[in-house]
Amino acid sequence: MYRITAKKALNPTVTMMEIEAPLVAKKAEPGQFIILRVDDEGERIPLTIAGYDREKGTVRIIFQIVGATTEKLNHKNEGDYIRDFVGPLGVATKVEGLKKVCIVGGGVGCAIALPIAQKLHQQGCDVTSVIGFRNKDLLILEDEFKAASNRLFVMTDDGSYGRHGNVCVPLEKMFSGGETFDEVIAIGPLVMMKFVVNAVKPTGIPCTVSMNPIMIDGTGMCGGCRLTTTRNGEKLTRFACVDGPDFNGYEVDFDEAMSRGGMYREFERHAHEEACNLFNTEN
Amino acid sequence: MLKPNMNPKRNPMPTQKPEVRAHNFNEVATGYSEENALDEAFRCLNCKNMPCVSGCPVNIHIPQFIEKIREGDFEAAYQIISETSSLPAVCGRVCPQETQCEAKCVRGLKGESVGIGRLERFVADWHNAHSDEKPTMAPSNGHRVAIVGSGPSGLTCAGDLAKKGYKVTIFEALHTAGGVLVYGIPEFRLPKAIVQKEVDNLIAMGVDVETNIVIGKTLTIDELFEQGYEAVFVGSGAGLPNFMNIPGESLKGVYSANEFLTRNNLMKAYRSDPVTPIMKGGRVAVVGGGNVAMDAARTALRLGAEKVYIVYRRSLDELPARREEVEHAMAEGVDFRLLNNPVEILGYNNPDDARDPKNGFVTGMKCIRMELGEPDEKGRRRPIPVEGSEFILDVDTVVIAIGTSPNPLIKSTTKGLDVNKKGGIIVEENTGKTSREGVYAGGDAVTGSATVISAMGAGKAAAKAIDEYLSGESVS
Repeated sequence: MYRITAKKALNPTVTMMEIEAPLVAKKAEPGQFIILRVDDEGERIPLTIAGYDREKGTVRIIFQIVGATTEKLNHKNEGDYIRDFVGPLGVATKVEGLKKVCIVGGGVGCAIALPIAQKLHQQGCDVTSVIGFRNKDLLILEDEFKAASNRLFVMTDDGSYGRHGNVCVPLEKMFSGGETFDEVIAIGPLVMMKFVVNAVKPTGIPCTVSMNPIMIDGTGMCGGCRLTTTRNGEKLTRFACVDGPDFNGYEVDFDEAMSRGGMYREFERHAHEEACNLFNTEN
Repeated sequence: MLKPNMNPKRNPMPTQKPEVRAHNFNEVATGYSEENALDEAFRCLNCKNMPCVSGCPVNIHIPQFIEKIREGDFEAAYQIISETSSLPAVCGRVCPQETQCEAKCVRGLKGESVGIGRLERFVADWHNAHSDEKPTMAPSNGHRVAIVGSGPSGLTCAGDLAKKGYKVTIFEALHTAGGVLVYGIPEFRLPKAIVQKEVDNLIAMGVDVETNIVIGKTLTIDELFEQGYEAVFVGSGAGLPNFMNIPGESLKGVYSANEFLTRNNLMKAYRSDPVTPIMKGGRVAVVGGGNVAMDAARTALRLGAEKVYIVYRRSLDELPARREEVEHAMAEGVDFRLLNNPVEILGYNNPDDARDPKNGFVTGMKCIRMELGEPDEKGRRRPIPVEGSEFILDVDTVVIAIGTSPNPLIKSTTKGLDVNKKGGIIVEENTGKTSREGVYAGGDAVTGSATVISAMGAGKAAAKAIDEYLSGESVS
C-alpha cells in the first residue's frame, strides 16, 4: 500500500497528489512514468511522473479526471492509501548537452513537461516554454513554469487568458523570425503534438514527443502500447513502455496512435458514468 | 504387488461437457476420483529401469508415488512428488506429459501410457483438500538470495532454496505473484486459487514476496548485491510479443496473446462488470499453434465469440500445443484453419467520414493457403504459400500468438550479463550460471517462449548451482 501524503486540486478536473514510494522516488527522472492501481479490483493505469522528492521519498502525479479510475483516485484524500504504485518505468527524457530548448505543453501534459523544463533550467539551459489550455479555468502550473523558463508563452484557445490561439502560434512566429533551438520537446494531446511536429518540421529542429498510449503491464510484456514509427522508409513497431514514452516526433504515426487510443472509448465513457453515479449515491 | 490392470486404455479424465464448458471459465478437467486413480495406478508396471523418470525435466520418482497411490496412501504419494517438484498441482495440469514422462511409459508401446499427469494432479489435489499441514521453515543458513520474477522458474528456485535454509526474496513486477501462471494460463486450465496456494506455501516457508518491483528499473541487479543478496536468479520470463510485420497489425481489435490473456486473466476482463475492457463476442482469429494460441482461442469462446478460428501455417501434426489442449479446443468448437497464413489484416475506413467511430476497427484478415515442402533445419516441413490462393476470413478480432522476444529491461541495466543475438540471457546449460558472477537465470528469459515444466527444471537446476556456489562446494 502506498500513502497519499499530499493532494491539491489544480483546477476542477486536474488533481495533484504526492505518493509515498521511496524506491520510485530514488530513481525517478523527468519523462518516466509509473503504473498504479487504486484498489484491489482496480485497473492498472500509467501516469507520467510530474515530480519527485528523493529525500521525502515521494513521487508527484498530476492527473485529469477522465475515467472511472481517475474518478476513484480523485476520491482518495491525504493520508489514504492506494493499492499499487510501480516504477519508474520507461526511458527518461534525454536532456544532456542541450543549451537552448523549447518546451511545449498542452493541458495536463504541462504537468509532465514541467519537470523536464526544471531539469533543463537547473543545468543552465535556455528554456522557452509554451503552455496551452482550452481556457482560463483549465490553466495549471503557470508560476512553476515562470520560475523554470527564461521565456514563457501562455496560450488559451479562446483567448480568456494569456495570448489567444494554440501553442503553434508562438512557435511559428519564433521560427519565422529565424529563431532556432537545439530541440523542441512537446507533451500534450496527440493532436497537439502532431501539429507541433508539423510546425517544427520545416526548421529541421529535432522534435521529441511523449506518447501515452493504453498500457496494461507497462514492463514490456503485453504489447498493448505499441505504435508505429518510420525511419528511412522502414516501418517499425515500437513499445511506449520500454522504448519510450519519448519518441522522435518526425517518426511517429500520430493518426494510428489517435485511432488506437479510441479503442475503448465507449467502454470508458460508460465506466466513468457508472463511477460517477456510484459516488453520487454515496454522497 | 497385486496383479496389474492390463486394460490398454487409460482412465479417461472426467471433464465438463464441451457444450457447457465453452461458456464458463470453470476448470475443464474435473480430476480423477479415488476410484479412477486407484484403477489407473494399477496400470503402472513398476518397471525397474523407470523410463518415465528420465522423461521428466525434474525427475519426479514416478513409480514410487504411483505405488503409494496403489496402497491408498495419497499423502505419502504427495510427499514423494514434493521431494523433486515444488508445484505438483500446477504441473499435473499444464505439463505436456505426452512428450515427457508418458512418452517413455512402457504401457504406451501396446496401448495407452499410464496417465501419470492425471495421477500427479489427483495426488496434489487430494493433499490440498485433506492436509492442513503447513510447510515448515527450514533452519536458516544465513545466506540471502534474490529471485527476479514469480513465475514457474522463480517459484521453483525459491522453494528449493528455502527448503535448504536460504533467506529468499522474490521480486515481482506485477501486483500479483505467479507470473505466466496468473496472467497467461487461463482459469479454466489452471485455477488461480491453486497458484495462490503454491505462493502461500512458499511464504509459509519463509520466502518474502515483494510485488510492484521491476528489476532493471526500480532496483538493479547491482543494487540487489549491494543490499546483501549473495546470489540472484533471473526468471523474468517472456518479454515483448512478436508480431508478423504484416499490414494492419495496429488496427483496433488486434491483440497480442499476452495482452488478450492478461486483460482476461490478470485483470479479470471476463467479469460482467470488468474494470479493464476487452473485445468480447464477435468473430475471432487466433494466429499461432502453441498452447498460448489454444488458451487465447478458448478464452475468446468463453467470452462469447460466435466464431473462433485458429490460423496456423503448418498442419495438425506440427501443432506445437499440448495434444489435450488441441482436442479440448476442437471439442469446444474452435475452427482450425490449418495450412493458412495471414498476409494482411483489413480495417474499416469510411472515405466520407473521418470521424466514423467504426474507422480503424478490424473487418477481416486476408490469408493465403500453404503447402508443406521439404523439412527445415529443425526437421519440420517448411510451409510454402500457394500462389493465388488468398482469401478473406471474416473476423473482427485478431489475436497474435506467435511467441515473444526476451524482455530488454534487465540486460540493458546489468553490466557483464551476456545475451545471445535474440536477447536471451546466455547460461551454462546444467546450472543456469550466467556470465556475471553470482547471477543465474532460467525459463523464458533464457530460452524464449517454452513450457512451465522446462522453466521449473531450470529453476531447480539453478537452485542446486546457487546452493553449491554459496556453500562453497562448487569447484569453479
